[in-house]
Amino acid sequence: MSIEVNGKVFETDEEGYLANLSEWEPEVAEAMAKEDGTDLTDAHWEVINFLREYYDEYQIAPAVRVLTKAIGKKLGKEKGNSKYLYELFPYGPGKQACKYAGLPKPTGCV
Amino acid sequence: MSDIKKFMYINTKAPYGTIYAWESLEVVLIGAAFEQEVSMAFIGDGVYQIAKGQDTSDLGVKNFSPTYSALGDYDVNKIYVEKESLEARGLTLDDLLGLKYEDEDDDWAEKDSIRVVSSTELAEILEQQEVVFSF
Amino acid sequence: MSTLHTVNKSPFDRRALESCLRLATKGSAVLLFEDGVYGAMKGTEKSAIVEKALGDVSIYVLGADMKARGVDTSKLIDGIKVVDYKGFVDLTVENDKVNAWL
Repeated sequence: MSIEVNGKVFETDEEGYLANLSEWEPEVAEAMAKEDGTDLTDAHWEVINFLREYYDEYQIAPAVRVLTKAIGKKLGKEKGNSKYLYELFPYGPGKQACKYAGLPKPTGCV
Repeated sequence: MSDIKKFMYINTKAPYGTIYAWESLEVVLIGAAFEQEVSMAFIGDGVYQIAKGQDTSDLGVKNFSPTYSALGDYDVNKIYVEKESLEARGLTLDDLLGLKYEDEDDDWAEKDSIRVVSSTELAEILEQQEVVFSF
Repeated sequence: MSTLHTVNKSPFDRRALESCLRLATKGSAVLLFEDGVYGAMKGTEKSAIVEKALGDVSIYVLGADMKARGVDTSKLIDGIKVVDYKGFVDLTVENDKVNAWL
């Protein structure tokens, strides 16, 4: 499978996750979101950027529980809960946000 | 809550030479989602998994040593390293990654996850476990 | 006939390094790579065997595999030489045959 952004083709796996995370660019996230019927706001980007930083440091996409706790610590308590994250990413904050961030499906995502 | 069991993952192999080290780490991270009481032990060549200064850029394989630092986030904060195994390899605690966790019951104070224990102490700890996986 | 012996297993896990050093004849070359690089470190239970063998054989270690495992050059037994992939190839060419120990 693949996704086309501005005439450039990006290879993805069968679930739509980017095959090569080094190829990621913000436009890929926007195109993926569009396919899901979502427009990315600053609130979405906060989470996406957080995930990219987390991956850069630990080489894994965090489990939802870990993500929620870490977001709360970094961005404030009102954002560190499943309700807030599920409103932004209704398909699941782990799966959907990681996909937009160009990361593999979270380790521990069952 | 009453279903919480003590899980222990014993790591015995060096990283990169075989897939065991990475497989174990993935199982630990996945298992952590089930909120059990998880601890890890590094014995034999397993101690090399958490050696600091790993850089696989010339090999073209993933360096997963930074991932051990995420274990604290997953509430895996009891990491036992067998003293005899370190000594046989000429290693000390200083040669290992500085793994930390934040203690929820102590105002999130940052604490060390690694405890160097003797074989006798480790045997005792293993005896207390309900589920043991060896990699 | 000169021989290059290669060892890619940890000396703590298997006997490959010990068998190799016991049976390698004087003047042979020994290359440690992959998990074999742990055998090149000083201050371990196996260091003495390697130090003793250095009088008779030349011992090399693959730099990329050391780096991957966090083994710094400062931790190597004196007399062991670090080679890169090209050096590995040169060793196989310079010697008449290769004995890969398992």
